[in-house]
Amino acid sequence: MTPKFEYAPAPESRSVVDIASSYGLFIGGEFVDPADGKSFKTVNPATEEKLSDVSEASAADVDKAVRAARRAYDRTWSRMSGAERGKYLYRIARLLQERAREFAVLETLDNGKPIKESRDVDVPTAAAHFFYHAGWADKLEYAGLGPAPKSLGVVGQVIPWNFPLLMLAWKIAPALATGNTVVLKPAETTPLTALLFAEVCRQADLPPGVVNIVTGAGPTGQAIVEHPGVDKIAFTGSTDVGKAIARAVAGTRKRVTLELGGKAANIVFDDAAIDQAVEGIVNGIFFNQGHVCCAGSRLLVQESVADDVVHRLQRRLRTLRVGDPMDKNTDVGAINSAAQLARITELTEAGVAEGAQRWSPDVELPKRGYWFAPTVFTGVSQAHRIAREEIFGPVLSVLTFRTPDEAVAKANNTPYGLSAGIWSEKGSRVLAIADKLRAGVVWANTFNRFDPTSPFGGYKESGYGREGGRQGLAAYLDTEGTH
Amino acid sequence: MPRLEVRKTYKLYIGGKFPRSESGRSYEVTSSGRSPKFLANAAQGSRKDIRDAVVAARGAVKGWSGATAYNRGQVLYRVGEVLEGRRDQFIAEVAASEGLTKPQATRLVDAAIDRWVWYAGWPDKLAQVLGNLNPVAGPYFDISAPEPTGVVGVLAPQDSSLLGLVSVIAPAIVSGNTVVVVASEDRPLPAISLGEVLATSDVPGGVVNIVTGRTAELAPWLASHADVNALDLTGATELPWAELEASAAETLKRVVRPAGDGSGAEEPDWLATPDLSRMHAFLETKTVWHPKGM
Repeated sequence: MTPKFEYAPAPESRSVVDIASSYGLFIGGEFVDPADGKSFKTVNPATEEKLSDVSEASAADVDKAVRAARRAYDRTWSRMSGAERGKYLYRIARLLQERAREFAVLETLDNGKPIKESRDVDVPTAAAHFFYHAGWADKLEYAGLGPAPKSLGVVGQVIPWNFPLLMLAWKIAPALATGNTVVLKPAETTPLTALLFAEVCRQADLPPGVVNIVTGAGPTGQAIVEHPGVDKIAFTGSTDVGKAIARAVAGTRKRVTLELGGKAANIVFDDAAIDQAVEGIVNGIFFNQGHVCCAGSRLLVQESVADDVVHRLQRRLRTLRVGDPMDKNTDVGAINSAAQLARITELTEAGVAEGAQRWSPDVELPKRGYWFAPTVFTGVSQAHRIAREEIFGPVLSVLTFRTPDEAVAKANNTPYGLSAGIWSEKGSRVLAIADKLRAGVVWANTFNRFDPTSPFGGYKESGYGREGGRQGLAAYLDTEGTH
Repeated sequence: MPRLEVRKTYKLYIGGKFPRSESGRSYEVTSSGRSPKFLANAAQGSRKDIRDAVVAARGAVKGWSGATAYNRGQVLYRVGEVLEGRRDQFIAEVAASEGLTKPQATRLVDAAIDRWVWYAGWPDKLAQVLGNLNPVAGPYFDISAPEPTGVVGVLAPQDSSLLGLVSVIAPAIVSGNTVVVVASEDRPLPAISLGEVLATSDVPGGVVNIVTGRTAELAPWLASHADVNALDLTGATELPWAELEASAAETLKRVVRPAGDGSGAEEPDWLATPDLSRMHAFLETKTVWHPKGM
């Protein structure tokens, strides 16, 4: 029997963060109260402790924010040189770095993700997105989108709860770099880092109205999507909501980009470096509790090595530390909300009911908060719900294949097409399989890598448009007649 | 006695073949202008014809998108050659369809041939122009390249029977997409003749499928078909195109809206120099990451 080593607790201090008891809406450079005074609470999903009361923006508040954004666009932002715009973005990037600890702690408190991930991934990557796009602001004519790309105007942005600050950076940085002004709605369960970002905008002396942040739930987002003064919608979230947005803008001339769900295949060939692949599988599905649209949720293993891979995967999962997200040794944190926990529970129960075999390591989950143990299903068929529907949680479905063609066919057998993984030591096979996968991002012998220079986005029902890189700029520019 | 002309029977073009509509229906096509003359009875395509065309188009995606870009360029250039050889026929058909003089029609047909040749040069350049190596912060090799979207449903322009048609088909298929085209309702005959050109120019069957008929009847089936990946509404100038776009939203099709402002839709000036936009509309970007290490 292998000895079990205990870790001493290593909690991150939360003293660096001041959370106000309530927050207004950030409109025109000021925090203002919502028109009808409504608010909702945001909680720490790891403890169910209430963190703060946040304003719920009505259609009237959204209208006010859109007007502020339009005013800022007409009077200052669209008239400013790209070089000056870029300097504001550089300031924001630096401020994010200076306040990195504060953002990381707040993100973990509000979202439930492990502090090591918010500290080492979310916050630095968010800053990197502002740095990358800052440099584009005065170089747009070199982006390959035609000689005179123009900004679109007011951009409405609706982002999800899985990477609250990072998604904000993905949306706001390119929008501002290309000369647009924004009205952004963070997710209702994770609004706090967006509200702290409003402070960063103030410290950067960003002209009032260039960035407006309205908090709220679905109806607030809908008010943004349907507002006639919005020129472009950028949404990241579920495929169902994405379809509703596509319907809502039909017949208008609004631009839309949608980053929606996924059901990524992570394909392991028999010649893969298995231990390395196992690390990639773990990172692919258990990173951020599996709350990742591009998570490698369908593991396709070549039959000849399937037992070995599953065995080594289980051994590895026994070493994962699940629990207090503020502990620096925690690998898997809390599920973001009770609603999401219910969804994960429902789908895993369907997996059992449909005949797949469920396995979890022996972990003790905290008594309070929303928790779900890392889970692996074997004996999964393509017809099972757990192989078809996005679970958005720490649940992996294992399927097998015999030939490369079968792997490709199974990988592509989904309406989604966001991401995929390939594990093989044979470069020619990796490249051939990558060619055949219908997915916007293909990670070969790695998984869940992100970089501001790399376009990210889906095929098929995973949405349209790309974020990041040269391709991401196109979504925020009018290049008609030149592109 | 003057010689009695041999008239042509215009049928559909699906999967490289020329079937009649399964519905057995046809409709009368007349010339434009002050005294319309009978030109032909065109096949009046049905929902089933659209579905057959989508099946043919889906079947052709793998081969066409898998062909080398050089090969697609060669095949498309061959289309230009065959178009040139049929220049007089198209001038006559366009003149009759659009009610133009011979010099006017000649200008449009020549522009259509030149347009096709322009697009024929694009397959092996798109990835270089629209793709790139990304300098990521880490030991990874990471490239982004454009790929075709799949099956594209196209409502062809209603007025410009050949130049407009070529200007919507060629950019969609350059990158490896396949298309199902609903031809101009009142001016469908050059479209079927273009099908004959495609059928004899090494373009694999199914890459381009042309259905003639009532646009308002056919468009909703194309817009809602779950195996169509993108929708070009350029020819929806007389239709409530917002409904078609909303219907396309159910499967998140990539939609090219008709030209114009607001809910208005108009036919673009097809003689204007094209750009990348129509090719770009039906492309995805795939980014492939691989570690670098010793």
